[in-house]
Amino acid sequence: MAGLAESEQDAAEAPPPVPHVLRHRLSTRIWHWSNAIAVFTLLMSGLMIFNAHPRLYWGQYGANWDRAWLLIGSDDTRGYLQIGDRRWDTTGVLGRWEDGQGRIQRRAFPHWATIPSTYNLALARRWHLSFAWLFAFGLLGFMARAFWNGHVRRDLSFTRAEIAPSAIWRDVKDHLKLCFDHGGGYNVLQKASYVGVIFMLLPLMILTGLTMSPGMDAAWPWLLDLFGGRQSARSIHFIAAAALVLFIAVHLLLVVLAGPLRGIAGMITGRVRARG
Amino acid sequence: MSGIVSRRRLLTGAALGAGGLLGGCDRLGESPAFRKILFSADAMNRHAQRLITDRHALAREFETADLSPFFRGNGTQNPQGADYRAHAAENFARWRLEIRGLVARPLSLTMAQIRSMPARAQITRHDCVEGWSAIGKWTGVPLHRLLDLAGLRESARYLVFRCADEMGGGIAYYESIDLIDAFHPQTILAWALNDRILPIRNGAPLRLRVERQLGYKHAKYVQAIDAVASLDGIGLGKGGFWEDRAQYEWYAGI
Repeated sequence: MAGLAESEQDAAEAPPPVPHVLRHRLSTRIWHWSNAIAVFTLLMSGLMIFNAHPRLYWGQYGANWDRAWLLIGSDDTRGYLQIGDRRWDTTGVLGRWEDGQGRIQRRAFPHWATIPSTYNLALARRWHLSFAWLFAFGLLGFMARAFWNGHVRRDLSFTRAEIAPSAIWRDVKDHLKLCFDHGGGYNVLQKASYVGVIFMLLPLMILTGLTMSPGMDAAWPWLLDLFGGRQSARSIHFIAAAALVLFIAVHLLLVVLAGPLRGIAGMITGRVRARG
Repeated sequence: MSGIVSRRRLLTGAALGAGGLLGGCDRLGESPAFRKILFSADAMNRHAQRLITDRHALAREFETADLSPFFRGNGTQNPQGADYRAHAAENFARWRLEIRGLVARPLSLTMAQIRSMPARAQITRHDCVEGWSAIGKWTGVPLHRLLDLAGLRESARYLVFRCADEMGGGIAYYESIDLIDAFHPQTILAWALNDRILPIRNGAPLRLRVERQLGYKHAKYVQAIDAVASLDGIGLGKGGFWEDRAQYEWYAGI
C-alpha cells in the first residue's frame, strides 16, 4: 500500500502517463476511514455488551422471566441460537465455544468477535460509549459536508432515468455478470445502498442507541414512542447492526470483485486511473 | 498473474492486519494512556446529557397495565450479615436511616417515621447495565424532603449511600449521586414495590430510586446517607463499589 501511495505522490509532481480522475474528496476519505474504525469498534464492543444479557425482547420492558424473541444460550453440551420457537445448534461459535487457551466458554459471542476478547462489560461500555462520539459526529460532519459540497446532489441522488424499472433491471444484470464498468459515477444499486446506509441505517443505530439511555429517555421521551419502548429499541439496534454487517460484507466483496487495489487506493489518495 | 498475486497478498495482509488489530484492542484497553481517552467519555456523556436535559425532566411513568409480571432482583439478593439477618427477622422494626456528614441537623429515622412521611408513588422502568429492563411501582419518601429536614450545608456536593449488603472482600456496597439527581422529584427512598412492602430481593427495607440512571446507582439496603464535598475519600475515589472495582461509569445516565 505504501508503495502505491508513494507512486501516486510521484505522479502528482510529473504529469501522469495515464489520466487520473478525482474519485473521492478529502472529506469523504477521512470519514470513510474514521467511520470504518468507529463501526468495527462499536460492532465488536456491542457484541460484548450483548453477552451481558444475550436475550432480545419487544416492548417497554424485558428481563429473564419475560419472553425473548431471540436468545443465545447453552445447555450441558451444546450452544444454540433461538429465534421464536426455532432453535439452531451453534456449538463452537455461539453460546458455547473454546477461547484462545482452549477453555470452554459459555458466553453468547466468541472471543474473536468481541472487544475486549475476555468478558468485561464495563470496559466494553467504555469502548462503545466513547467511539459512539466518533461515529455520530463523524456521520453528522460528513452529512453536512456532503450536502454543502454537492456530493449528495451530484453523486447520490437518483435521476429519473436510472430509477426506471428497465434501468434498474439492467443494473441488477450487470452486477450478476460482475460487470462493474459504469463510467465515473455510482450506479443505481450503489446509490440505493449508500443512501440507505448513510441516511437511514446509521442514523437508526444512533437513535436506537440513545433510546437505551435512561437519561436520554427523560430528555427526549419521544424516542420511546418512536421505537415502541426501550427493549424494542435494543432489538432494533441489534437488527440494524446485523444489517450493517451484511452491508459491509457485500461492500468488501464488491470491492474485491471490482479491483481491490484500485478501490482501496482510490479511497486513500482520492484519485483513480481512468479506465482505458 | 501479478494482479492475482497482489490480490492474494492483499487478502493475507488484511487477515493478518485484522488479527493484529484485535489483539491490539485488548492491549489498548489495558494501556493507561488509552484508557484515559476511553474513560473521558464518561464526563462527556454526563455534560452532553445535562446540557440537553432539563434538570427536572421526568423519567417516563407507566400505567399499572405496563408492570413487569415479575421484577427480578440482581446483585445482592439476600444479604448474609448477622446484623442484617437480625433486622430482617424482626421485619426491620429497629432499622434506622442516618443522614449525616455536611448537614445542619443529622437525622436518625426509624422505618415507622419514614413510612409516615408524605410519600411519592411512581411506575417507572428500571434499566440494568446488563441490558434488561423491568417496570415496577415504587413508593417512598422523596429524598429532597429528607435533605430539607437535615439542612444540607453549602459545601455539600454529593450524597453517598451506605448499604448493608457486603460484597466480595467484606466491603459494604456504596454509591453516590450529585445534587441535581438528589433533588430531582422522582428521586425517592422506596419502601414498597408494587404496593407491597419492599422484598429483600429488591433492597428491603429501603432502596434508592434515581430514575434517570442505570440500576447499579439504585443503592439497596440503605442504612446511611453521607453528604460530602468530594468523592475523593470515598472507597477508592470513584464514587461507588462498581465504579471503584469494575470501572463502571460514575454517571450511569447512558
